[in-house]
Amino acid sequence: MKQQITVTVNGVQYTSEVEPRLLLVHYLRDVLNLTGTHVGCDTSQCGACTVIMNGSAVKSCTVLAVQADGAEITTIEGLAKDGQLHPLQEGFWEMHGLQCGFCTPGMIMTAYDLLQKNPNPTEEEIRHGLEGNLCRCTGYQNIVRSIQYAADKMRGAAAAAGGE
Amino acid sequence: MAVTKMFGASVKRREDPRMITGRANYTDDVRLPGTLSLVILRSPYAHARIKSINVEKARQMPGVVAVYTGKDLVDSLAPVPCAWLPPNSDLKVPEYRALAVDTVRYVGDGVAAVVAENRYQAQDAAAAIEVEYEMLPAVVDQEKATQDGAPQLYADVPNNTAFVWRLAGGDIDAALRDADVVVSQRLINHRLIPTAMEPRAAVAHYNPGSGELTLWCTSQNPHIHRLLMSAVTGIPETKIRVIATDVGGGFGSKIPFYAGEMIAVAISKDLGRPVKWVEDRRENFVATTHGRDHIDYVDVAAKQDGTITGIRVKAYANMGAYLSTAAPGVPTWLFGLMLSGPYKIPNISVEVHGVLTNTTPTDAYRGAGRPEATYVLERMMDLVADRLGMDPVEVRRKNFIPKEEFPYTVATTLQYDSGDYEAALNRALEIVGYEQFRKEQEAARAQGRLLGIGFSTYVEVCGLAPSQAAGAMGFQGGLWESATVRVHPSGKVSVFTGSNPHGQGEETTFAQLVADELGVPLDDVEIVHGDTGRIPFGMGTYGSRSTAVGGSALIYAARKVRDKGAKIAAHLLEVSPDDIVFDQGRYYVKGAPDRVKTFQEVAGAAYLAWNMPEGVTPGLEETHFFDPINNTYPFGTHVCVVEVDPATGKVQFLRYVAVDDVGNVINPMIVDGQVHGGIAQGLAQAVYETAVYDENGQLLSGSLMDYALPTASMVPTYEVDRTVTPTPVNPMGLKGAGETGTIASTPAVVNAIIDALKPYGITHLDMPLTPQRIWQAIQESQKGS
Repeated sequence: MKQQITVTVNGVQYTSEVEPRLLLVHYLRDVLNLTGTHVGCDTSQCGACTVIMNGSAVKSCTVLAVQADGAEITTIEGLAKDGQLHPLQEGFWEMHGLQCGFCTPGMIMTAYDLLQKNPNPTEEEIRHGLEGNLCRCTGYQNIVRSIQYAADKMRGAAAAAGGE
Repeated sequence: MAVTKMFGASVKRREDPRMITGRANYTDDVRLPGTLSLVILRSPYAHARIKSINVEKARQMPGVVAVYTGKDLVDSLAPVPCAWLPPNSDLKVPEYRALAVDTVRYVGDGVAAVVAENRYQAQDAAAAIEVEYEMLPAVVDQEKATQDGAPQLYADVPNNTAFVWRLAGGDIDAALRDADVVVSQRLINHRLIPTAMEPRAAVAHYNPGSGELTLWCTSQNPHIHRLLMSAVTGIPETKIRVIATDVGGGFGSKIPFYAGEMIAVAISKDLGRPVKWVEDRRENFVATTHGRDHIDYVDVAAKQDGTITGIRVKAYANMGAYLSTAAPGVPTWLFGLMLSGPYKIPNISVEVHGVLTNTTPTDAYRGAGRPEATYVLERMMDLVADRLGMDPVEVRRKNFIPKEEFPYTVATTLQYDSGDYEAALNRALEIVGYEQFRKEQEAARAQGRLLGIGFSTYVEVCGLAPSQAAGAMGFQGGLWESATVRVHPSGKVSVFTGSNPHGQGEETTFAQLVADELGVPLDDVEIVHGDTGRIPFGMGTYGSRSTAVGGSALIYAARKVRDKGAKIAAHLLEVSPDDIVFDQGRYYVKGAPDRVKTFQEVAGAAYLAWNMPEGVTPGLEETHFFDPINNTYPFGTHVCVVEVDPATGKVQFLRYVAVDDVGNVINPMIVDGQVHGGIAQGLAQAVYETAVYDENGQLLSGSLMDYALPTASMVPTYEVDRTVTPTPVNPMGLKGAGETGTIASTPAVVNAIIDALKPYGITHLDMPLTPQRIWQAIQESQKGS
């Protein structure tokens, strides 16, 4: 018995009929064709499927699509605005925060949530904040630097906006 | 050697924009209309006879299109091949069916396959298949498997021994007899699970009209996949296109040719529809190859002054239930040949027993044999130092091959290309402040604090070559690499490489090489890889070979292009080709730099072909197949500093210093990244990761909850530095950098922890050095005192 859901993803509203058991990550990937969100484990450990739902990071392999009814969701595809990379995307590129790239969308979305809650994190806070996301390539050091880069840039932008 | 602007520059990666915006195209991202979803039902038992399989209920389930058992695929699929067959080892390759026919031999062995309109339906149907098993006794330990009375996996493989391989140089018996001391130790190099973040996947699309198969799959070596797929299905190579452009990490586990992609192809061919198979993480744990899993008995002969005169190793390598694609080569050649390390050891003997057990097959995992050899040597160096009361650094230094003696042939017959082992060691000692540390350690010990320092002075072999050597080792392939450099009429350049980077960044470093060679802007160079429909036959990416071998191929292809361009430019400028100078994308007349044709003008002229020199054909495109004369031998020193909490056994990393020498470096940022990731993996073996089977063959560490993949807060900050000793075996003087970190770090970490535990008289513990294991060892040492 399918259910109707209405979800806003990256600013676009979608209405779909879905099976109650359909996972949000499969809804994003298979129904909306947003394949930037990856499935690394489907048991909530790796974090590759992390998206922002109603302002907070969630692992979309552990959310049913029907639970996202009425929600606002941001995926990796929705992070750049007007052709401008988000400071986190820029940071990962500048600081070599990715190698194979598979964990990267989830890392960036988790970091987005982290910096929203703590705009000036210490290295330890960043490492702790990433504990739900696994990367097998980088050894994490450059991921930490990528997030520090973004934090500095975002704070700079916020300060400039505040000063105007 | 041309070291120009791009060579040596930390250029930002050109792969990244698609990956940071979610627009990469991994196999699971491929979408074809009408695709069926494939789910493989796997054995829950390690060893059992299949008495019956009832698929009727599954066939009736919603969305199900077909269900297959092992018997259904016997005619359409030949057995899963093994492609590394070491000679003179009494090798027995057991039959490995894509789906088991009568007997399952490990938890994860395929039993049946279901295709349905979507994955949820296929999973439901797989759960409805009724399989009746008759349990058989299982064996998981490779030593026990060789003993009399052990359960036998195959009637025709006595004592479960698939091969016994030997290599010897010098006279080990004499060395052991004449030694001042013989230091012996049993070392376990435990089993690891590669755990690339992208699970394996395949999308098979067989077109019944044209007879063509397109296969997207997670492969480090798409042409090897094409060749083997042709062999097992009978579809001609000319009709198969394998695409593996974006691959989410491999670490060796995506070299092998697996049952999963074979089944997807067979079903697509049978049904005439695209079939997608994506393993879930549980399947990745049980059905993707594992790595390491050695038990090594080691005897080292030494003189009182620390000179090592010989090493003897008897190894039991756990191969799992079947021999995977490259598996027999890993514990034999890739291990045994490297048992001299960076040291002059005149007498070496190694005997390796490859043993079949009721476990997931093992194969290459980052480093593949070389970490095992390095672990043996570096652990033994510390044990020898301990026995002789010497500083572990001095034992190493005493035995190093001196830099003046390169090229140097070790007792295992390898000829090392170049090296300066002391320089890297000295640099590492300087960074870590060795003398000062020993003072701090002494002071800390007086306060009951356990500080430790561990060294690993390693050498590894990369860019395996030449192909003739591959043949002698029984590797069923060449070890050359190919490249085509195609200049378009506009002067833009496409490079088609047989290497297949999957995180290593060669879309960037290869473009740097070509930009230098042809003097064109980096943005004008595209690197095409991972698509057998576009690239020349290539061997793929593994063994840190891509840049050393594949990069060399493209350098030579680019130089052929440049030379042809010079002939055309000379003709257009009405001078002899000998009078043409090429510099930064411009061909000009010697002594008259204003008489010039740009590379782009020459490219245009080559395609118009209105006015070509005599004997020069139109177009501007060259291919080169490069087979190096020798391997390369990167080396270095890694140092780890730890503090162990005696109350809990917990290890805290205080420093991690890596000084690697990978020869010349194209892109330092990328090389540093490779080193970081390698250290994390090797360090994780030392203290976190281990594959645990119970005695019935159940994988207890079969999920990311149970297998301790490190998170960001579990690893230290890496202090990375380099020395530079170019290799003479390729035109760039570089050696390869993909595996150094993994090879070096494991023994550095273990040695540091054992050093910290020295006050307790502990000289060795097997990995992983978990708090529990350390704490127990401390308790036991105190019981005895």
